[in-house]
This record gives sequence, structure tokens and C-alpha cells, in this order.
Amino acid sequence: MIGGVAWSTVGDLLLRHLYLAGVPLLVGLLISLPLGWLATRYRWLAPPMIAGTGLLYTIPSLALFILLPLLLGTRVLDDANVLVAMTLYSVALLTRTVADGLGSVPGATRQAATAMGYGELRRTLVVDLPLAVPVITAGLRVAAVSNVSIVSVAALIGVSQLGQLFTEGFNRNDMGPIVVGIVACVALALVLDAGIALLSRVLTPWLRAGVAR
Amino acid sequence: MIRFESVTKRYPDGTTAVDDLSLEVPRGGITVFVGPSGCGKTTSLRMINRMVEPTEGRILINDEDVADRKPARLRRSIGYVIQHAGLFPHRTVLANVMTVPTLIGWDKGRARTAAMEAIEKVGLTADQASRYPAQLSGGQQQRVGVARALASDPEVVLMDEPFSAVDPLVRTDLQNEVRRLQRELGITVVLVTHDIDEAISLGDHVAVMRQGGHLAQLASPGELLTEPADDFVASFVGKDRGYRKLGFTTTQVESDPEETVALGEDVPAGRGWVLAVDEDGQPLGWVDRQGGSGGPVREEELHRMGSLAEVGDSARVFLDAALSAPSGRGVVVEDGRVVGTVVPERVLEAIRARGGSAA
Repeated sequence: MIGGVAWSTVGDLLLRHLYLAGVPLLVGLLISLPLGWLATRYRWLAPPMIAGTGLLYTIPSLALFILLPLLLGTRVLDDANVLVAMTLYSVALLTRTVADGLGSVPGATRQAATAMGYGELRRTLVVDLPLAVPVITAGLRVAAVSNVSIVSVAALIGVSQLGQLFTEGFNRNDMGPIVVGIVACVALALVLDAGIALLSRVLTPWLRAGVAR
Repeated sequence: MIRFESVTKRYPDGTTAVDDLSLEVPRGGITVFVGPSGCGKTTSLRMINRMVEPTEGRILINDEDVADRKPARLRRSIGYVIQHAGLFPHRTVLANVMTVPTLIGWDKGRARTAAMEAIEKVGLTADQASRYPAQLSGGQQQRVGVARALASDPEVVLMDEPFSAVDPLVRTDLQNEVRRLQRELGITVVLVTHDIDEAISLGDHVAVMRQGGHLAQLASPGELLTEPADDFVASFVGKDRGYRKLGFTTTQVESDPEETVALGEDVPAGRGWVLAVDEDGQPLGWVDRQGGSGGPVREEELHRMGSLAEVGDSARVFLDAALSAPSGRGVVVEDGRVVGTVVPERVLEAIRARGGSAA
């Protein structure tokens, strides 16, 4: 027991929280990659697309959790509602990030790749995307932490995860579960953040190869 | 081998980058497109590998219209060196150079071997091959750029202002390297520059272009200096073209014998300028014995030599040697050893004997 909560319960809720925040992060990234690419490829698309996706982030999460069952025809307690909502928030943050990342590739590098005979898709995958990794992972870290925070709101509609500890503590007028929930949330956010930072490091060995002599 | 047939490039906003350009780039050798900014030289270069599509006209390589070939495949068959090298920062030097061999489907072993050969050709080491571009100097990066263009043995290599971003000393090195590689491999190089001196020293054929994408003159460097087609070419080539023309004039300049002395040798005052050499006969410097006191030649009294002329050099080198020597006598060497000296009059006589015209 910790703070009046069983360790196993904290563990279960933590895994649920990771699932509800992490899966949408990955799906959101997969959706944002082509969107961000479109925004860099067709310049005129960039402002409406980035503004449009960015606007998603302004929809209050509680409203979205309540609206989605009506729009998707899902049951109110269905995880899908939370997963879809969190994916939308991830896309909102990551589309701009991906566009910025692809846009950060030096023009000379891009031009050289084309002149060497890379087709556009292949060039994007093997030249532009690896070079965009530092920018994209930076955005991914923000989105990960943001997801961990927003997911807890879903406790209000009865979807279980760490946020449940907040509602429980509030209802029982007990600080214990609330503190446990906050600590677990912060720990999860820090671990995700560090994990992505480490991944970025592993994916970009050339950035640590030392400077020009 | 590369033929431009009435090629025009017009942009949607109405500007004409290249206007009805017809010219032929001969096989082998270095052909330079040179001109002020906005003359369409880079656009012309990029139309060869379809980085830019012409609005009218066509470009043929070995009598084959480039428009009939898939852009990506066409580009893989043509080497390309870009300003600032444009290396892939996330790949090692070796992986950068392996790019085109890999794209055309060579297996890894073959691509690797070809890349290592190209890296050695441009004067880089196996140790440097495993580094990332950011770990190399600007000049070395540009060498990698050249190696990357050569790795798959293309017949044609395009170079877009390849040396403009490196410092002058490194630039001369790279220019010599490109000339050497071109001769060695027998490839056809098309190079774009805004620097007329680079064009003249590097090109076998020089296409001078003027604003609006017109070809002003296509000629050998010597011809360009001797017979500029019009006022534009004459002014673009520069004021001292008479002097620079001498760079293309090989003359038989007879050198006069020069009595040399060794360090420590006793030379009396009043002998004038005396040339000191080491035990191998290589020049060390001039000693001033016009007046003052005589005595053994000491190292610290040596005056800097002017430039040296090597037997077989152009008239320009000989004249420069004569004009830059403190004694007024240019030192002529063969295999590093002094064979004699020349005074400016000698060089001028030789030029006059040749009829004063360029090669």
C-alpha cells in the first residue's frame, strides 16, 4: 500500500495511462508524417494545414471525450474515445513539428540528393527524414508530456488510468491517492521524455561526432 | 557530345533565364560556362541533368535527347558537384560516396570498392572515409563532393560553382586536382563559375554568357584573350588580358648562365646580386653584394627569391620570375635545380620571335 492505494492498483493504472497516452502518440506521429510532408512539399498548403491542425489543440479535452461517442457511435466508456481524442491532440502538435523538421534540411543537401538521382519519396525517407529527427523528437517530447497530462482528464468520464486517483481522492476527501497520482504522472512523463531523448541520441550519431578540425 | 539546340528557359513570371542557346560541349576536356550573375549559366547546367526543364529546344547527350530519359535515371548517370559540397551530414564520407553506386543497384561490396577508389583518387585517406562530413575542413568536404560525383565512373560530370566557397589557397589545390582527374579519367566536365580567371585557367573551352541567357562566345581560353568576339567579352575578360594571354604562350626562352655560390662561400663586395644555392643546386635566395662589405655568405642575409620559372613554363611565368626577382634576373629551374636566369628583355624577345600571339 502507498497513500492508501494498493501497489498493484498503481501499477495497473500506470500501464493503462501509458497505453492511453503512448499509443495515440505513435499513431499521431504516423499521421503527422505525411501531413507535415505535404505542408513542406506544397508551400501553399502549409499555413491552412498547420493552423487547422493546431486548432484541434484548442478544443477542451473534456468536451472532446464527451462529443466523440456521439460522432463515432462508440459507447461512452469505450477506450476508443480517449485514444482518438489523444491522437487528434498529438496530430495537432506534431504536424507543425514534422513540417519544421523537414523544412530544416539544408537546401544544398536536398538539391544534391535530387541531383544524385534520388526519387522524391526515397529522398524524403533516407535523406530528409533522418536529418529532421532532432526537430521531430523535440516536438515528440512535448507531445508525450502533454498527452500524459491530458489523459488524466478522462477519469471524469470514467475511463480508468492514473487520473482515477484524483477523482477517488477528491470523493473520499483523501490527499493520499491524489499525491500518488501526481507523482506517478510526473514519473511517467519524465520516463517518456527521457526515452524519446535517448532514442533521438541513438538515431543521430553524426551530431556527436565532434567538430571540424 | 552534349549539344544544346535552341534551348530557351522562360519562367512563369516572364523572366528569360536562357534565350535560344545553341552550343556543343565537346567530348573530354573541361568546358566552362562563365558569366555575370543572371546570365543563365547555372540554369543551362541544370538543364543537362533535368534539374531544370527547358521551355523550348532540346539537349542531347551522345545524340540522345535527355527529355526521353527518366530524370532520376539520367541523373544517376551524370556526376554532380554542388557549391558547398551538399554532403549528407548524417552519413559518413564513405556512405556519401557510395550514394550513386548504391542507387544504380551495385551490390554493397562493389559499391564500397568503387567508393574507396574514388576517395583515394581525390587525395583523401581511408581514415577520413569513416568520418562524418562535419569532421572535415571545407576543402576536404569539397573533395568528398568530387569523389561522390566520380564514384560510379560517369562519362559526364557537372560542377556548379564547386570552388566558390573555399579559400583561395584551397581553391587552387582543388582546381589542379580537378584538372588532373579530368585528364586521368578522360571524362567530360562542364563547370559553372562567375570567376573569369578560374574559367581561363581551368577550361579547355570557355563559353562566355551574358545577361538574359545569351552565349557571347565559345572559344579556347587563348582565343578568348586574343580575339574576344565583342566589347562585352573583352571587358568581361578583363583589362590585363594582354598579359594574361602570355599564360597560354609557351616559348623557348633561352636562359643565361648564372654563377651561383654556396652558403659560407666568400664573396667580395661590388659583385652585385649573387644567387645562393644549396648542395643539390636548389636555389636558396639572393645575396646583395652591390656595395658594403664582402665576406662569407650568411643565411640571414639572403633575400627572398622571386617566383621560379620551370623549363617549359609559359611566357607569363618567365616574365613574372624576371620581374619579381630583386636582382632583375628570374631564376629558371629544372627538376628544382638552377639552370640559369632570365632578364625581362629575354622573355620579350622570345615573345616577339613567336609573333606575339597566343598559342
